[in-house]
Amino acid sequence: MNDDLIGASIPRIDGIEKVTGSAVYAADMKMPGMLYAKMLLSPHAHATIVGVNVERARKVPGVRAVLVGKDLPYRIGLYMVDKPVLADRKVRYHGEPVAAVAATSEEAATEAIDLIEVEYEPLEAVTDAREALKPDAPLVHEDLHEYKYVKGVFFPVPHTNIANHFKLRKGDVEEGFRRSYRIIENQFYAPQVQHVPLETHATIAHWKPSGSIEIWTSAQSPFAVRNLLSVALGISHSRIRVVVLYVGGAFGGKAGIHLEPLVALLSKSSGFKPVKLVATRHEEFKTLPCRQGLHARIKTGVSKSGRIIAEEIEYVWDAGAYADYGVNIGRASGYSGAGPYDIENVKIDSLTVYTNKPFGTAYRGFGHVELFWAVESQMDIAAASIDMDPVEFRMKNLLAPGSMTITGEKVTSHTGSVKKCLKQVANEIGWGKQSSPKSAGRRVRGKGIAVLHKAPAMPPNTASSAIIKFNEDATADVIVSGVDYGQGTATSLSQIAAYALRLPFDRIHFVWAKDTDRCPYDWQTVASRLTVMAGICIMRAAEDAIDQIKSTAARALGVEKHQLEVENGKVFVASDPSRMLDYKDVVMGYMFPSGNSIGGPVIGRGSYVAEGLTNLDPETGQGLPALNWTYGAHGVEVEVDLETGDIEIIKIVSAFDVGRVINEDLCRGQVRGGVVQGLGTTLIEQYLYDGEGHLLNDSLTDYKIPTSKDIPREMVQILIETPHDKGPFGARGIAEHPMISVPSAVANALFNATGVRIRDLPLNPERVCLALRQRTK
Amino acid sequence: MQHITFTLNREPVSLEVEDHWTLLRVLRESLSLTGTKEGCGRGECGACTVIVDGKPVNSCLVLAAEVDGCEVLTIEGEMRDGKLSPLQQAFIDTGAIQCGFCTPGMVMSARALLMRNPDPSEPEIVEAICGNLCRCTGYEPIIRAIKEAARREMSHER
Ligand code: FES
Ligand code: FES
Repeated sequence: MNDDLIGASIPRIDGIEKVTGSAVYAADMKMPGMLYAKMLLSPHAHATIVGVNVERARKVPGVRAVLVGKDLPYRIGLYMVDKPVLADRKVRYHGEPVAAVAATSEEAATEAIDLIEVEYEPLEAVTDAREALKPDAPLVHEDLHEYKYVKGVFFPVPHTNIANHFKLRKGDVEEGFRRSYRIIENQFYAPQVQHVPLETHATIAHWKPSGSIEIWTSAQSPFAVRNLLSVALGISHSRIRVVVLYVGGAFGGKAGIHLEPLVALLSKSSGFKPVKLVATRHEEFKTLPCRQGLHARIKTGVSKSGRIIAEEIEYVWDAGAYADYGVNIGRASGYSGAGPYDIENVKIDSLTVYTNKPFGTAYRGFGHVELFWAVESQMDIAAASIDMDPVEFRMKNLLAPGSMTITGEKVTSHTGSVKKCLKQVANEIGWGKQSSPKSAGRRVRGKGIAVLHKAPAMPPNTASSAIIKFNEDATADVIVSGVDYGQGTATSLSQIAAYALRLPFDRIHFVWAKDTDRCPYDWQTVASRLTVMAGICIMRAAEDAIDQIKSTAARALGVEKHQLEVENGKVFVASDPSRMLDYKDVVMGYMFPSGNSIGGPVIGRGSYVAEGLTNLDPETGQGLPALNWTYGAHGVEVEVDLETGDIEIIKIVSAFDVGRVINEDLCRGQVRGGVVQGLGTTLIEQYLYDGEGHLLNDSLTDYKIPTSKDIPREMVQILIETPHDKGPFGARGIAEHPMISVPSAVANALFNATGVRIRDLPLNPERVCLALRQRTK
Repeated sequence: MQHITFTLNREPVSLEVEDHWTLLRVLRESLSLTGTKEGCGRGECGACTVIVDGKPVNSCLVLAAEVDGCEVLTIEGEMRDGKLSPLQQAFIDTGAIQCGFCTPGMVMSARALLMRNPDPSEPEIVEAICGNLCRCTGYEPIIRAIKEAARREMSHER
């Protein structure tokens, strides 16, 4: 029975609560005596705060706390400790919180916010990351040289806007270019976009008179919130409790720490009352983080036969006002920045650059959607320069067992096969076959492909753990701290647990609420790593539990432990299965007829730290950054309206080497959702600013995301299974990958259909239309 | 303050509401029915969809006072006799749910559609939910769920 579990399409375990409206999200909660918080946001992209007057705000009936930046001498940061809780001496982006109020009603809080007077002295804003690199550019952080940061991993450049400079050097690019038959150089741009989870950020915090803090929040990573809060406020981890219930979409935007410190401090200064803050949709756009923009320049040298000989890449990341995950995105996009290709000579400089805009954070793909926009557009252009078919060109250059990644990691048969992904995609999209019809009236069709890879971007000592404890009826509680904000991990992990414990699926109780007081440590729920790392922990915890079951059963049955087997919730003597005990008789301890008892409650424990990874050489970027690589490819057929510039997706085929499918439906669901989110980035989404750095489209009316009317006519998912040697059953992560390379595949199809090459995202009708006009001139 | 009386999920309710409070706020805060979600508060996302007199509405755009005398259905009224409706079951079966935040509104839009048209075509389904944003699923399974629910409801399956 159990063997069918892995790969089975078991419906998600959280389905019933969600479809009945009984799933409780942070914003649904109410605490006794709870206050409501509101924020005052900066109207300027860059300005000195000359003075703040909160006197009138304090007098509003019901107001219990008013905070401004100078009250809060704390800085927060994941890798670069650069962010105040509220802007203090100056504001660095339009929408940055400057003051906050907690009051007995939302109305009172809003009224008080309106009465706060702030005097600003506007400063010159820098809103283009390339401009920000110039020597005379205004500095977003004058004190960069004084900030704490993770040394040896990140490399800020003091007295500039460069928060991190990642370098990768392999071989000799100059020599490579000299040997090249063609050299192709292009620039690409991906603007800032937003995650747009349907649930905005929401937090309730209660600072207790005893000095301990409780937080209920919509965060992805409860332990990351706890750790960052502990470090920022100087309070022991043990005095902070972070609880995460249901989260309404996250996509990286809720990965670090966001509203939590502010709400906790409001609670403290309001006389230890619980305080709730739910971001409005405007705040979600302009105050909370977005995805960084990317300016990419790629120079590629190819041989006559179609081998890539040298590649020089510059990534300039538009980080916005704070570094958050941005510096690590700069790093990750550096070490994987040439794509899944075997290239002898590579030089990459990846710069994370501060600007006076909302700050970027992790977003599904962690920089890879953006970098593959450049890389996979460039590959088609390179193939065209030597008149080679884009699939054939890639096949000649893709990584395969035996090749070396750009950081010097050897690709093995366990690494996965990007060639298989590309081949199957090309096959399914009918590569090489003319679209039918190729054109009809003013509509023309074309096809494009693009490949991708990504590994979890995480510190080399990233850890997870799991606990399995049995209940009296031999059901098992599975406790981990990774959050399922929709990916389906809770269900997949339950399948792994059932399999490993040799229990029917319905006897697994996956503990939903994540609570740092009660659940074992997990670093973060990011990077498509949870199924793999928590999966390994669950396997280990199950092994530990079964060992305890066998120990007790061996004594009860009078045999040696190794003579026992377990199956279907029973432990029995292998050579004589009739000598058998139900788990029930063992998991709370076994009682002999005499009443003498042995054993005791079974609690399995599993932990895992990513093994074998290394820091990267600061000058060359060489080393082992990746636990596993997931490869993939998309093939797409588009229909372009030559009149309106509108691109319709006729079909998109997506293949991923997932190692092993744990839950097929959920896996396909990740791919489908990611593809459509990728089409948002491709076709419609971007942050728009006026000349002074004011965000113009901070609502869902002005910033559109795909609706039910915008989906492809056909979506096909291909799941390839080349087992990974570490993942549970060989599984690899898949949550982020479906979004990567969708933009480049569509742009390549647009080129195939029309001969027009666009290098800036999004491929909205306006841009496509203009490019088509240009072409006919 | 105003006193209003209306039918909520087939039960009569009667309460005082602030003049400026929306139906969404009254449902969530006064009546503690938090199944209906707020995604924008401005009529842009559909997360707050409920059914008023048979029509799907964004409850964040309706003043509570306006539903005086109306019949209101929310996600909490979709189960019958303690059982999932075929529509709810179909959402689970087809994988139409990920984070679940759009789900209550999506289900109510679908319910309103099935109330007026028990056998909708695919374009009619797409149209009926085009005001309900979902960032997770890519919509395809939601469309399938509604189709499947229509089939099951017409054949009285669960
Ligand atoms: S909350 Fe009502 S439409 Fe978004
Ligand atoms: S399931 Fe997350 S928004 Fe629809």
